[in-house]
Amino acid sequence: MQLNELKGIDYIEMVRQRKVTVEEVMIDVFHQIDRVDEKLKAYLRINRKGALEDAKRIDQKIKNNSKIPPLAGLPVAIKDIICTTGIETNCASRILQGFVPPYDATVIRKIKKAGAIIIGKTNMDEFGMGSSNENSAFQVTLNPWDMTRVPGGSSGGSAVSVAADEALMALGTDTGGSIRLPASFCGIVGMKPTYGRVSRYGVVAYASSLDQVGTLTKSVKDAALMMNVIGGHDDMDSTSADVPVPDFLDSCREGIKDLKFAIPREYFKEGLNVEVKDSVMKAINTISELGGKVEEVSLPNIEYALPAYYLIAMAEASSNLAKYDGVQYGLRSGDSNNLEDMYRNTRTNGFGSEVIRRIMLGTYALSSGYYDAYYLKAQKVRTLIKRDFDEVFKKFDIILCPTSPVPAFKVGEKIDDPLTMYLTDVYTMPVNMAGLPGLSINCGFTAKETLPIGFQIIGRPFEEEKILRVAYNYELQSGKNCSRKPTI
Amino acid sequence: MAERIIDKKEVEYVAGLAKLELNEEQKSLFLKQLNDILTYFKKLNELDTELVEPTSHILHSANAFHEDVIKPSLPQEAVMNLTQHKKNGYFKVPKIL
Repeated sequence: MQLNELKGIDYIEMVRQRKVTVEEVMIDVFHQIDRVDEKLKAYLRINRKGALEDAKRIDQKIKNNSKIPPLAGLPVAIKDIICTTGIETNCASRILQGFVPPYDATVIRKIKKAGAIIIGKTNMDEFGMGSSNENSAFQVTLNPWDMTRVPGGSSGGSAVSVAADEALMALGTDTGGSIRLPASFCGIVGMKPTYGRVSRYGVVAYASSLDQVGTLTKSVKDAALMMNVIGGHDDMDSTSADVPVPDFLDSCREGIKDLKFAIPREYFKEGLNVEVKDSVMKAINTISELGGKVEEVSLPNIEYALPAYYLIAMAEASSNLAKYDGVQYGLRSGDSNNLEDMYRNTRTNGFGSEVIRRIMLGTYALSSGYYDAYYLKAQKVRTLIKRDFDEVFKKFDIILCPTSPVPAFKVGEKIDDPLTMYLTDVYTMPVNMAGLPGLSINCGFTAKETLPIGFQIIGRPFEEEKILRVAYNYELQSGKNCSRKPTI
Repeated sequence: MAERIIDKKEVEYVAGLAKLELNEEQKSLFLKQLNDILTYFKKLNELDTELVEPTSHILHSANAFHEDVIKPSLPQEAVMNLTQHKKNGYFKVPKIL
């Protein structure tokens, strides 16, 4: 076994016991990147020199018997929407090309303090807008299980870096499924915490009332380990919740007999791929065998969540992206006669077509005369969606459902039909609409093409502990997650 | 079948509001796609929301305040270094009028 294949939690144990050095692991990680990333294109840029220097520095500390920091030199890949001091952060957009942040996002500050090492910035759909990674301005990341297929989006580069052992762990962001969807397409664990659990300071905003930072990992314990570091209140983010952070590794213990599970029948209707359905039903049976009480429920308004979600996300995006005007940083288109021209040229040349589409729709929905019909209506529907979940969570601890209606689709299959692409998020975005925590974990593979299938575990706000406990028990019982590797 | 919710003039108007300049090809593509998507969004009208309060923010309803004390911030140089269009500590832009 190569050291880059290690799970985060096992890596830390081996470093603590001085069985490996941070540098040895780092060398194997970069060796894997050199071997496969030309094909997979998970990374937009690599921090090789900095990472190897950091590895040596931490090894020296360990040699000198200083206290080993909790993440012990862990090699982590970072989605290119999270600001990293001195390392370009451009959100896979031309408009931010060349932007080198002079500050770290709070999550970066926290993981660095805990001893993690940034190995590179990963590809994504531009500004997080997409479900396939095809909306990157620079490259299309491919699925390691089948290189004719997409890895899912928008945190596709982060998911592939973990699934292909080009990183031990990764951070991503999730606005409507952008962590859970690629995690399911790539066969790994993707955790989207409760809105407000993790600071958004230094994370480039797409839709501020929906965005949340989370983890992409090879095991449930790895997600818990990283959540312990990144969770918690931050003065720099006014939407950050002042709620105590438990030790999430404690949640990874056996037993789920005390929990009640809800299966929303609306998630199993038309549009759900048969193999996905069978796999998810098997996973639900496993939960039942483990002693969980499982019952069918209804989320009556859920079919209205998707249009409401896109309206809200687009409206917030049009407002958040108004700041890209070419004045202070990033791209500025030359040869403009006046300031207005410069704005228009910069924005038109700088944004890709999906971003322009969402800005247009968001601007329209917020414009005079249409605000009530679209934006306000969507916010009211959001209330109904939240009520549906509140109702279920009065009686149940956890909701179980598929992560995506289909396994990974072909590159090019949906890119010309935006509306069909949007439907990929149908099972993930209600979680963001209600601000809930959700996790996707592998529950099998399609028979013919061997494509990973994921299922979703959703909990009450700030009850990530229960989600992690359920996922951990499922992982133990099924023995499935990440034991099978793609051949690259 | 998609309804005709917005026309070409409105596409141009919205692009103007968003400070975007679309070419003819983009205009006709967006005209079709935006109408498809807006038709789909109309599905929300099936719901009666007359008496429903809107949700703008899911978990917090109060503003977050902190003490009004001066804390260190980024040096001006670190921020001005992000652009080459500058002079004497100011951002340089083309003429405004």
